[in-house]
Amino acid sequence: MTVSLSHFSAAVVFALFASIVFGITQRNSTMEQVKYGLYCFAMFVGGVFVAGWVMALIRR
Amino acid sequence: MAKPITDKAIDKTTVKSKNPTVVTEPEYPLTTMAVVAPIVGWLIPGGGHLLLRRYGRGLLLLISVVAMFVIGLGMQGRIYQPNGGDILDILGFVGDLGSGVLYFLARIMDWGNVMAANAAADYGKTFLIVAGLLNFIAAADAHHIALGKKP
Repeated sequence: MTVSLSHFSAAVVFALFASIVFGITQRNSTMEQVKYGLYCFAMFVGGVFVAGWVMALIRR
Repeated sequence: MAKPITDKAIDKTTVKSKNPTVVTEPEYPLTTMAVVAPIVGWLIPGGGHLLLRRYGRGLLLLISVVAMFVIGLGMQGRIYQPNGGDILDILGFVGDLGSGVLYFLARIMDWGNVMAANAAADYGKTFLIVAGLLNFIAAADAHHIALGKKP
């Protein structure tokens, strides 16, 4: 079995699963877990965009 | 001869008399389940939570860790071996080992016995290591639930 993911899709998949685990393990109530999971996901994906733009600006 | 009273001595006594209440930390006695749950959780991702009847959390953890591990293998990620020699190889081994049964299964079936030759394989290697590290966090969480520190 071979999985071929682009850099971005790999980062999103990574963010998704890491955020689920962070949400479950770092907060107590269900609502807090969902909120923290979404926050982590947004930070992961947002970080990808920020890093991408920084690298694009450096390259110019 | 009487001991001279210093400023420090006066400060200590006044502070003590002002705050007579003593804050005590709640005690969490170590139970059998608090030992068994993290071990089961390490061996089977999410198993500790399932054992503690946190079925929803356990299933989500199982799906997350197993999916990351399988995707990592699918991306031709490398599975580290204990006798790597290099310090980074040892750290990679510790990360991989966190996946518990998945790691042993991969070693038995000789999966992930490849050298990273492209970027995707490097991502795969990272997926495998992070799956193990996330499973360590999940096992620690199962320990806290069994102790009663977390609902």
